[in-house]
Amino acid sequence: MSKTVSFITENFDKYDPTSIDSYLSIGGFTATKKALAMSSNEIIDIAKKASVKGRGGAAYDTGRKWAQAASVPGDDKVVICNADEGEPCTFKDRSVLSKDPFRLLEGMVIAGYTVGAKNGYIYLREEYRHLKPLIKGAIQQSIEKGYLGDNILGTGFSFNIHLYSGAGAYVCGEGSTLIESIEGKSGRPRIKPPFIKECGLFQLPTLVNNVETLAIATAIFQHGVEEYVKYGTPECPGTKIISLAGNVKNPGAYEIPFGLTLREIIYDIGGGITDDHDLKIFQLGGASGRTGSASLVDTPYTYDDLHKVNLVIGSGGILVVDDRTRVIDFIKSIQDFFIHESCGKCTPCREGNRQIARIIDRFVDGTQKDDDLDTAMRFANIMKNCAFCGLGETAQSSLLSAIDHFPEEFGLTEVASK
Amino acid sequence: MKNTKIKIDNIDLIVPEGTTILEAAKKVNINIPHLCYHPDQAIKANCRLCVVEVAGSKKLTAACSSYVFEGMEVQTNTKRVRDMQKGILELILANHDQNCLKCARNGNCELQALCQRFNISKTNLEDSVDSLPLDNTNPSLVRDSAKCVKCDRCVEACQKGQEVHVLTHSHRSIHYNIAPAYEAPLEETFCVFCGQCSAVCPVGAIVEKDDTQKVWDAIYDSKKHVIVQVAPAVRVALGDAFNLPKGSIVTGQMVAALRRLGFEKIFDTNFTADLTILEEGNELIHRVTTGGVLPMITSCSPGWINFIEGRYDHLLDNLSSCKSPQQMFGALSKSYYAEKAGLEPKDIYTVSIMPCTAKKYEAQRPEMKTNGVQEVDAVLTTRELARMIQSAGIDFVGLEEDQFDNPFGIGTGAGAIFGATGGVMEAALRTVYEVLTGKGLPSLNFVDVRGLQGIKEATIKINDLDVKVAVAHGLGNAKVLLKQIEKGESPYHFIEVMACPGGCIGGGGQPIKSTLAVKGKRIEAIYQIDQDLPLRKSHKNPDVMRLYDEYLGEPLGHKSHELLHTHYHTRGMKYNFSELNK
Repeated sequence: MSKTVSFITENFDKYDPTSIDSYLSIGGFTATKKALAMSSNEIIDIAKKASVKGRGGAAYDTGRKWAQAASVPGDDKVVICNADEGEPCTFKDRSVLSKDPFRLLEGMVIAGYTVGAKNGYIYLREEYRHLKPLIKGAIQQSIEKGYLGDNILGTGFSFNIHLYSGAGAYVCGEGSTLIESIEGKSGRPRIKPPFIKECGLFQLPTLVNNVETLAIATAIFQHGVEEYVKYGTPECPGTKIISLAGNVKNPGAYEIPFGLTLREIIYDIGGGITDDHDLKIFQLGGASGRTGSASLVDTPYTYDDLHKVNLVIGSGGILVVDDRTRVIDFIKSIQDFFIHESCGKCTPCREGNRQIARIIDRFVDGTQKDDDLDTAMRFANIMKNCAFCGLGETAQSSLLSAIDHFPEEFGLTEVASK
Repeated sequence: MKNTKIKIDNIDLIVPEGTTILEAAKKVNINIPHLCYHPDQAIKANCRLCVVEVAGSKKLTAACSSYVFEGMEVQTNTKRVRDMQKGILELILANHDQNCLKCARNGNCELQALCQRFNISKTNLEDSVDSLPLDNTNPSLVRDSAKCVKCDRCVEACQKGQEVHVLTHSHRSIHYNIAPAYEAPLEETFCVFCGQCSAVCPVGAIVEKDDTQKVWDAIYDSKKHVIVQVAPAVRVALGDAFNLPKGSIVTGQMVAALRRLGFEKIFDTNFTADLTILEEGNELIHRVTTGGVLPMITSCSPGWINFIEGRYDHLLDNLSSCKSPQQMFGALSKSYYAEKAGLEPKDIYTVSIMPCTAKKYEAQRPEMKTNGVQEVDAVLTTRELARMIQSAGIDFVGLEEDQFDNPFGIGTGAGAIFGATGGVMEAALRTVYEVLTGKGLPSLNFVDVRGLQGIKEATIKINDLDVKVAVAHGLGNAKVLLKQIEKGESPYHFIEVMACPGGCIGGGGQPIKSTLAVKGKRIEAIYQIDQDLPLRKSHKNPDVMRLYDEYLGEPLGHKSHELLHTHYHTRGMKYNFSELNK
């Protein structure tokens, strides 16, 4: 376990998350105090220096996002914490929400102060409803102690946080869909423009950040950006909470420095493959992420290194599949997920999934037709290029990448490696 | 507004900032394929057929929802674009009932046209359609979910324009459907049968209930005396179905075609529109002078009646008790006309040609009976009439003009303008003013109540009274005026409401592609008809006056009440069809 680190997760199990006094006793709200003494521009400069990429999956630079949100005119803005952690094989936000909710609230206050927001919303995944009392308690106690609400710490800055849940739709993790859901509408993505940074929740300028992103912000302001960038590699500094699951001996959420190889993650942190089987396929970033084969297991876990081999960090999920599973069965499980979770609004995603699912079913049964693979690939590419939102664009990432890595399992004669 | 220089398919052009790629492409004669885009509606970008390549972007870009920027370079016709567009079309088609030859929209379907354009002949996809059951149990509309392409146009028409909020989305992913809540049939919802959904549907997923066979059967039945009336708005729209310029006035050809189809007498609903003005105008005078319920609201639009009966039934006393012109005609056809022609009312088969799908329901209301028989036996929309004419092999455009028959053949300009929003109001004012003042009007044109603005108002001094009037078209606009009445804040004496945007010329039964621009042309044509007529005031219609002399007595008299007036009901969630004639 020595390869894991403890920066974002430093408070885990160090205090009683139901008690603000317990949080204060370990230095809680230091970050808020420091940040609120700075100007918005100073905060943005520090955030830019940390070069934290958004941890929901899109990997957009947080400092830039805050700078843009701050520059949008308007005296009533909104900060949303996206806690709709719906990506299969992703549960790192749950660890923050359940073990360190105050750090998240601090991150929201800092973000709100930076961009000039009056209200914050936590959009909590419906399946995490058991965490509602904990989060509500944290909000309530923070208000009572003056860390939230009117005139925070006498600075004149006022900020309220509201807790919301949807009805359990994966697509509500997409920023504009999440906003529709808070507004009480059914979960379908909004047309852009207008962009949500200018016209989001209740038509107000809106900043959406992931739970982990906000927790990192708190940690950085508590300890200084220098402490954060000591971790990782020069090109990809910092740490990341990963969700390791599947056929590994020790699944779980772990904080790692960027730059460990996938082998180190799977074998050293994860303890290797269950029953000591061989690694066959892994998928990074949840169901919408691409898959890789065992030959890529020595790739360092950084944005750039993974990008070179056509993989993404995405949500930070690492799903490990061993040699007892057929690739097509794995793909079928992903396809079942998207058939269930597509919102149905746009043609490529609704109809593309319908048709590709039929083809995958034939592959599972071994009754596929000669042109089935070509057809599936053709429509998977149409989904990738033409769908309305990120869900449809990425729903076939697993299929397309699996065909690349395991052509023989789709009846293609092995192509010489390019 | 700032101009933006862009390139589409290597053609340089300058368009104003805020133009979409789709609109910009039109300016250089490039028609980017689309299904969900509609010029009068919000941008939806859900069909994805309009994807194009924009330099600098890896993914394709939806042309309907992307705005131009300085230096933008767009390619609409590359191999990649065409392959993707064609693929999306194949996807739509694979889950679409392809029984085109039996579809009401065959030959007039946007999906069919696109398939032709992309030369879709063979696809590797399985054609098996997942759909909800057919909804065809109401008198006005048929919804076939097997044909639905989920473009969302009908939902917008129902929710945003009409604010009826019946059509909505249900479920998600492959079960995503457009339907009323809980997938109820339309008659078990607050649907008003206005048919605006059917007017914007790009395919045959929502169409008028076809009654042409009923009418053919009656025409071929030697025991029936089949007569027909034609509403004011039909004559300025029917030409669309025969590729005439929008807003063409085809009254003469239309009468000639009806005669060829085999109707024994061809009458003009403009006649009973004039009659409506005399009854309704006198009702207004009566209410104003005797302290009756004000504001009085018109009652000619059956979609509107369905709306107020369903949603605002506490305001039913504000409605004029006059039947609509269609039903006044129907009542007279089974009474006065029967006597004059020496026929039994039951042997007369009265057909209406209407721009409207709600009229089909109105004709079947149980109270719409005279002398024990249904007043109007069958209602055809403009679209259905066009189909009958085509079916009979009549070369419509070349027909020699014919004239309406007596005794219901004369309509004044006041009756003609019933077809446009504000027309009933203007017609009523022309008559009420002269009846009350005994003086001629300085100008017959009340321009304040004309045009496509959602709510229009005017004040007219009649003797010592400032008569305040308002006109709303589209039920969303009507709601605004109803809310004023609810709060006791309505300043008006008289309100005209038409369910459909633009009035009857924009009715749900009019030829497909009744865009705002087309509605504008039809309205111009309607006022042209009025302008060109020698008689422009309802109380100057000699045949209407003769009808009172010979038969009715006086407006609001006993006979009038019996034949020309009705009463309204509270309607819960369900229409009661068990009481309706089938």
